[in-house]
Amino acid sequence: MFVLTSARVGGVVARRAAALTSTTSTTSTTSTTSSSVRRESQDHSKVSEEMDMSRPMYWDRVDTPLPDKPYKDVLTAAEKSLKQKEKGPWTELSKEEKLALYRLMFCQTYAEMKQPTSEWKTIIGGMFFAVGFVGLVVWWEKIYVYPTRPRTFEEDWQRMQLQRALDMRMNPIHGISSKWDYEKGQWK
Amino acid sequence: MFRAAVRLSVSGVRSLTRTQPRCQALVASRCYSHGDNETDEEFDARWVTYFNNPDIDAWELRKGLNTLIGYDLVPEPKILEAVLRACRRLNDLASAIRILEAVKDKAGPHKDIYPYVIQELRPTLDELGISTPEELGIDKV
Repeated sequence: MFVLTSARVGGVVARRAAALTSTTSTTSTTSTTSSSVRRESQDHSKVSEEMDMSRPMYWDRVDTPLPDKPYKDVLTAAEKSLKQKEKGPWTELSKEEKLALYRLMFCQTYAEMKQPTSEWKTIIGGMFFAVGFVGLVVWWEKIYVYPTRPRTFEEDWQRMQLQRALDMRMNPIHGISSKWDYEKGQWK
Repeated sequence: MFRAAVRLSVSGVRSLTRTQPRCQALVASRCYSHGDNETDEEFDARWVTYFNNPDIDAWELRKGLNTLIGYDLVPEPKILEAVLRACRRLNDLASAIRILEAVKDKAGPHKDIYPYVIQELRPTLDELGISTPEELGIDKV
């Protein structure tokens, strides 16, 4: 049996009830069939809801408005009588009854589905945290890993090196010496 | 079909000078991948017939609607009227309201399409007693 473990809802639920009344989650993870035996014995310590993917599922998706099953299919007596009333003219239903029928069939409205989350704050924060952490790693590297800075990087060494290059007329056509004005003793 | 209406309503005069959205070239065989290109009217008629089936079952309604919403267009009011009547035959008010929400979502940034669709569907909505999402207050959170 192919079972989906969703990590969104906490609480202890019986597997059969979970399969009937569960909703899909955007953060759901798939569990392999080999762990089904382990799950049997760990039912009471489970924190995530399970979904039987071999049966029709419910979903809230803007691109697929009608899921395979209603959100609530285990109805109370009042709900059942409302469903009976639905078979008659809808002009006789009050606004509250129509809303109740909608909520029986669907979990979230389109407006609720499309609500902005604050996920972007987590993402950006996580990015900055990662960059900061790497910054610390680089700092540690500078102290403990990199060898000492070669002398050739020092200011006066670089000056003498450049002077030598110009003296020997290095790359005089397009390169460094072509940029130096030898008459005036300055850069062109 | 709403493809042409969307383009005209958004860009106004600009659309007259732009190239046509659908290929209307002289060489008919160049523009489509396979087979005869279906006209908008044929497309609409096909879907109206699908939903007007008196024996339509719940699965067919769901399949048809999910497929229709999957297309890159806003369905014509006449298709939606057939959908609403199919919902009525199946005693499914919730799905009827859901479809109206889906149509509004399909229109995307083109805010004038949904009011037009509701206006066209108003007689059917009143006859069948279907409330719009706005009337039930579920268009806002």
